[in-house]
Amino acid sequence: MTEKNKTVGMSLVVQTVTRWLKGFIFLYGVYIVLYGHLSPGGGFPGGVIIASTFVLLTLSFGKERSLGKLGKLLASELDSLGALLFLLVAATGIVWGGTFFSNFIERIAPSRHFHLFSAGVIPLCNIAIGMKVGASLFMIFIILAVIRVKEINGRRKLITTEKRRTKK
Amino acid sequence: MIEILVGSFLVFMIIGALIALETSDLLSSVISVGAVGAAMSICFLLVGAPDIAITQMVVEILSLVILIRATIRRDLTTIDGDREFFGLMATLAMIFVFLVLGFYVFPELPRFGTPSMLQSSQSPAQHYLRNGLKETGAANIVTAVILDYRGYDTLGEATVLFTSILGALAILRVYSRKKKSHDGKK
Repeated sequence: MTEKNKTVGMSLVVQTVTRWLKGFIFLYGVYIVLYGHLSPGGGFPGGVIIASTFVLLTLSFGKERSLGKLGKLLASELDSLGALLFLLVAATGIVWGGTFFSNFIERIAPSRHFHLFSAGVIPLCNIAIGMKVGASLFMIFIILAVIRVKEINGRRKLITTEKRRTKK
Repeated sequence: MIEILVGSFLVFMIIGALIALETSDLLSSVISVGAVGAAMSICFLLVGAPDIAITQMVVEILSLVILIRATIRRDLTTIDGDREFFGLMATLAMIFVFLVLGFYVFPELPRFGTPSMLQSSQSPAQHYLRNGLKETGAANIVTAVILDYRGYDTLGEATVLFTSILGALAILRVYSRKKKSHDGKK
């Protein structure tokens, strides 16, 4: 067990660089999501960049560290919350705008162009998609990372390295 | 000028894809797929689509990491065995059919770089370009189209992603829920 703990993650160089860069990468993802209606980008690429921050953490420090920052339950909740928020914004358009996906905020209170708080529901949709994509891609990576192929009785089998949670 | 650049990148991508198919080492195959994706992103940037270029780049990086992670830690990192004769014949037949059809179809396509949506002034693209900023307030016309005019499409894509990840999580989850009760044996 001690040998396994020693080899978790990557070398000291990678870990130090990751410690410096992880905040900037996360910030860049948030920027891409928030400014999606003004500059190239949007919810999907921003969400992927946010997910790649956690992937980098997982690769360099092992999965315990990144799961400590964003647990599996929280990730799945963020995933569902993003999808629900997107649907909610779309459905609210029926109530106030008359049609599905109507840009009701822009129609009721037109905003100044080229500002951060403009374009009505588009930034909201971007945030929802960013949350959804980031959380779901991180979950996929975590789930794929714990699976190994091991030979048991001459047969190749997929096993998981995750420890079984025991009841107290 | 831009045709030559894009054309050379296309040749590079074809070579990379052939290497990815033909090499017997899975890791080098994954890396050549990554090279194809990077060239693809530069192509998108050259023809003036920065949104798609960013998406292509980040998705390529993430999928490359996942693929390397999935291939390195497995026992089976090389492919052995000969190629099937039927598969090779089917590929050659498909290429032949595609070339014959392309010989008739490609002259009918608009020239490279000609926006086919600009042919008539009543086309939706013209409407988006003229009234996009006024109607949606979004400076980035691509976001205005995908989240306002074509929001229904984006909702469909989000649903596809949500469902596929739901399926992957259901198949790849660690333990089934009912087996939990057997934990107490020890």
